[in-house]
Amino acid sequence: MNVFNTILILAAAFLAVFGEAAFPLLRHWLGAQVDLLPVLMVYAALNTDIVTVSLLALLGGLWFDALSANPLGISIVPLFAIGFVIYLQRELILREVPFAQFMLGAVASAAAPALCVLLLLTGGQEPLLGWGSLWQWLVMTAGGAVATPIVFEFFNWCQKAFGYQPRTETSFRPDREIQRGRQ
Amino acid sequence: MLKKKHYLALGAVTLMALLVFSLPQRATSRLKLAAGGLFLPLFGLLNTAQQLPVDAANAVMPRRALLKEIGELQRENQQLRIQGAQTAAIALENDQLRALVGWQRQTPWKLKLANVVMRDPANWWRTVQIDLGSRDGLRENLPVLTPDGLVGHVAAVGFARSQVVLMGDPNCRVSARVENPAHDVGVISASGPLDGSLVELTYLSGNAVLKSGQNVVTSGEGGIFPPGIPIGQIVDSRAVEFGLYTEARVKLSANFGALERVWVLFP
Repeated sequence: MNVFNTILILAAAFLAVFGEAAFPLLRHWLGAQVDLLPVLMVYAALNTDIVTVSLLALLGGLWFDALSANPLGISIVPLFAIGFVIYLQRELILREVPFAQFMLGAVASAAAPALCVLLLLTGGQEPLLGWGSLWQWLVMTAGGAVATPIVFEFFNWCQKAFGYQPRTETSFRPDREIQRGRQ
Repeated sequence: MLKKKHYLALGAVTLMALLVFSLPQRATSRLKLAAGGLFLPLFGLLNTAQQLPVDAANAVMPRRALLKEIGELQRENQQLRIQGAQTAAIALENDQLRALVGWQRQTPWKLKLANVVMRDPANWWRTVQIDLGSRDGLRENLPVLTPDGLVGHVAAVGFARSQVVLMGDPNCRVSARVENPAHDVGVISASGPLDGSLVELTYLSGNAVLKSGQNVVTSGEGGIFPPGIPIGQIVDSRAVEFGLYTEARVKLSANFGALERVWVLFP
């Protein structure tokens, strides 16, 4: 893990929020917009440190709410909650397996909007809800699930292509060199 | 399981979230606009990219087609001028009559064209952002419409962009009048989250006689929307609460799926 990964994740979050606001094609076709922030949070929680998880929750949530009618900061809490739980359990998760990534993406993409709406209702807001919201929730869950393995592949490729690998120390020590032959 | 670093991260994020929640409304709006301003270069790039094919198509358009279009536009312009002159005469007559009966004089509408730059990324709100702001004289609660009908109203104003709440959002309620013999008045309220072209017209009187296809316009009550702006047509109606009042579904006149340019109305 290095700082390149953190910058890459934050840049991806910025572009994801921009894409969700600027390209409403998916909303026209399926009636719902897929949110990629929970997907990025799954990747960040499994592959980076807690600082990156916190930064993604803070900045991603703020960017999302800045373009939305949500009260500012309401998306921070669900994103961080998802990231924190996955981060704490990540030693038990088979993070390299696409099916595990798929399932984690589905759970995160289902939990994030549900928690956000719950917070909105708790705060006295009146979001647009109805039976159609169930369909939107399913689309968001399925979209997030499908996007997660793709995001993992993309970041792994980026890491290999652009990230630097830490230099491994050699085990050679001159004072431990075995001198052969007569002195 | 929880290390010191984890506690610190948890505390920092919770503190930041609480700090943002507890900010005064004005500071939150400013912070929101500042954070949203980070996206402006990207939206500028997107607009340029979308404009490129249009410019390229215009560059290769044959001169004959352009001349034909100019001719048609000149004819249409002349027709509209004649209609405008007639409307001005009617308006003058209307003003004189209003003065005779002591009614307040009506002021003509002023309109400003705005481009829709982005839509709400959240599925539970129905808002868009337009490229006009306080520098263009916009203020909250100004009506927004298209030539087809009412769209919504300005909810928040930044320096160079503003947020418009669309009809069908729970935060946009419009007093509406059905163009039937009884002129029944109701309130346009939130619709379902999937079909943005249908809204609910509620609190109509229990004995309202509604027919499919009847026009619905703004009633002018409420102080935000001037009267007579088209909203849509009645689709169907039903009695609610054992006939206490009537609800109707209204098909909106404006095409919300293809909102690109809207007009902000300065009453």
